[in-house]
Amino acid sequence: MPKAFTPKVVTANHLLAGDVIYQTTDGWTRQLSDAEVLTDEADADLRLIEASQQVDVVVGAYLADVAVTDGVPAPTHFRETFRATGPSNYAHGKQVDFATGAYEEAS
Amino acid sequence: MYSYSEFDTAFLAERNRQFRAQVERRISGALTEDEFKPLRLMNGLYLQLHAYMLRVAIPYGTLDSAKMRKLAEIAERWDKGYGHFTTRQNIQYNWPELKDVPDMLDALAEVGMHAIQTSGNTIRNVTADHFAGAAADEIADPRPVAELMRQWSTDHPEFQFMPRKFKIAITGSPNDRAVTKAHDIGIRMVTRDGQRGYEIIVGGGLGRTPMIGKVITDFLPEADLLPYLEAVVSVWNQIGRRDNKYKARIKITVHEHGIDEIRRLVEERFVETRKTFSGVDVQMLREIEDHFAAPAFKTASEAPFKDAYHNDPVFRSWADTNLTAHKAPGYKIVSISLKKHGATPGDASADQMRLMADLAQDYGHDELRISHEQNVILPHVHVSDLPALHARLKDADLATANIGLISDIIACPGMDYCALATARSIPIAQEIATAFDDLKREHEIGNLKIKISGCINACGHHHVGHIGILGLDRAGVENYQITLGGDHTEAAKVGDRVGPGFSADDIVPAVERIVDTYLDLRSDVDEAFIDTYRRTGLAPFKAALYPETKVAAE
Repeated sequence: MPKAFTPKVVTANHLLAGDVIYQTTDGWTRQLSDAEVLTDEADADLRLIEASQQVDVVVGAYLADVAVTDGVPAPTHFRETFRATGPSNYAHGKQVDFATGAYEEAS
Repeated sequence: MYSYSEFDTAFLAERNRQFRAQVERRISGALTEDEFKPLRLMNGLYLQLHAYMLRVAIPYGTLDSAKMRKLAEIAERWDKGYGHFTTRQNIQYNWPELKDVPDMLDALAEVGMHAIQTSGNTIRNVTADHFAGAAADEIADPRPVAELMRQWSTDHPEFQFMPRKFKIAITGSPNDRAVTKAHDIGIRMVTRDGQRGYEIIVGGGLGRTPMIGKVITDFLPEADLLPYLEAVVSVWNQIGRRDNKYKARIKITVHEHGIDEIRRLVEERFVETRKTFSGVDVQMLREIEDHFAAPAFKTASEAPFKDAYHNDPVFRSWADTNLTAHKAPGYKIVSISLKKHGATPGDASADQMRLMADLAQDYGHDELRISHEQNVILPHVHVSDLPALHARLKDADLATANIGLISDIIACPGMDYCALATARSIPIAQEIATAFDDLKREHEIGNLKIKISGCINACGHHHVGHIGILGLDRAGVENYQITLGGDHTEAAKVGDRVGPGFSADDIVPAVERIVDTYLDLRSDVDEAFIDTYRRTGLAPFKAALYPETKVAAE
């Protein structure tokens, strides 16, 4: 029996900044909580293809598992947790850039 | 130190111009990522977990104050104010943006540095003993030979698309500080009947399948070095496996064919390569050697050192731990620890880099080295200058007295940065160092090398750590495997795996149990951890780590 499809988001690295981004319904965001949650497998595959075609915006798009609470996605694997926040040895990356408003729109 | 010729400068300028145009084409969309990736990797540019990462070569770990200041400037201007020194004597910048990288490379070129062949299936940065040119136990300075190999291997037309990467290390001392037996080619400078030559070791490597290198020739005459190396790499380039990247390194080729067959093939090939070297390589080596002349060592009173050593316990502790015998009278080699307890191993801020550059200029004949153990070395310091130097290091948080001790940990970037990692390394190193510092036990414990890798690729050299720690992903949870008894020296040995791994919460207590067991078992305070382990074997440590297994067996 095929494994049941679990909720996913499309994620990638931004071509210019190199940082982690997530697909939204109409573009990209740097914040996982704003990402479009995909609950249908065919839809997810299609959205991934669309993302991968944006070669002048993103690098290495893939589907990442998320857990959804009240419609808000959160990582299910520690690798995705680090991608969504930043390194643990310094207050660098998303964990501070959101707080300081250093981020511009992703695309 | 080697100074770039006009040819070197022109070559680098042209490469940088080409890469700038490639970046522009990638940003415009004219190049896809699949087209751009091999181009950026040729120039040391990776895409990691949170950002791009630029890996800059520090050839054989040697630099001067101008180069160090440039590294600081780059850290400040285009990164987050720090750099990470690696186990391959390189520096990595963790946060550059793609558009800035061509400017970073141009800045590096101003001081004769680059990022070429720090990635890709090429011959990587040649590494060397970090005490080269200074060590009291050295037969000869390996850096001129390393520079000759750098020139030979850089942009070598035959070796740009090999089965996998290829790493060469060289030592001029019988006490191997360059981990030569864990490299694709390890070179030990030796003498026989008054003639200088080389012992060539091939097929060493860590990673997924750790192997200790095997001697392919125990004495290679000096004049034969480059044609012989070319023969080795050429044979492997032809028969090395390209069908499976995990079996592509020369260690697997040597393992599958046997060292005797590889030796036969190399000697057959050497007959051909020898003819193509007219002797110009030996002439070039002589010219390169002029660049590495020893500095004009001074003479001065040793009284300031003796006074400070006698009166200042903090200085004495640092001097006992961080100084190494020098070949010149009155001189010492200073190891500056980048392992302050709780800090990230191998990281230095721009301010710290600048301070180290100043110290090299003021007290160290303008020379610095990066060690594969992720520390910075001032190779030539007269003892009379050590008290002043130590005071300035203290002010910059760089005077930690822990070289060779349990907190002097090698750790790869791990999952905090690396896209290949399966678990974090840095926090484990930080926690171990902090735990033993809190107990003030590390000087009592003595020489003990912990090496941590965040994945099976083993950038943190865990296989050859006295205590090796390998971070893995076990069903979505970080898990840490321990190996014991590894050795990176001339007596190189891959450590023994003790058993099932430990969680992130349990790994530090596990290391504490290993250390407690050692302290109970050692014959006296002079018996180092590795010697106790060799005497007792794995059993008592295994029993301490897995007491329930012992009970079950009884």
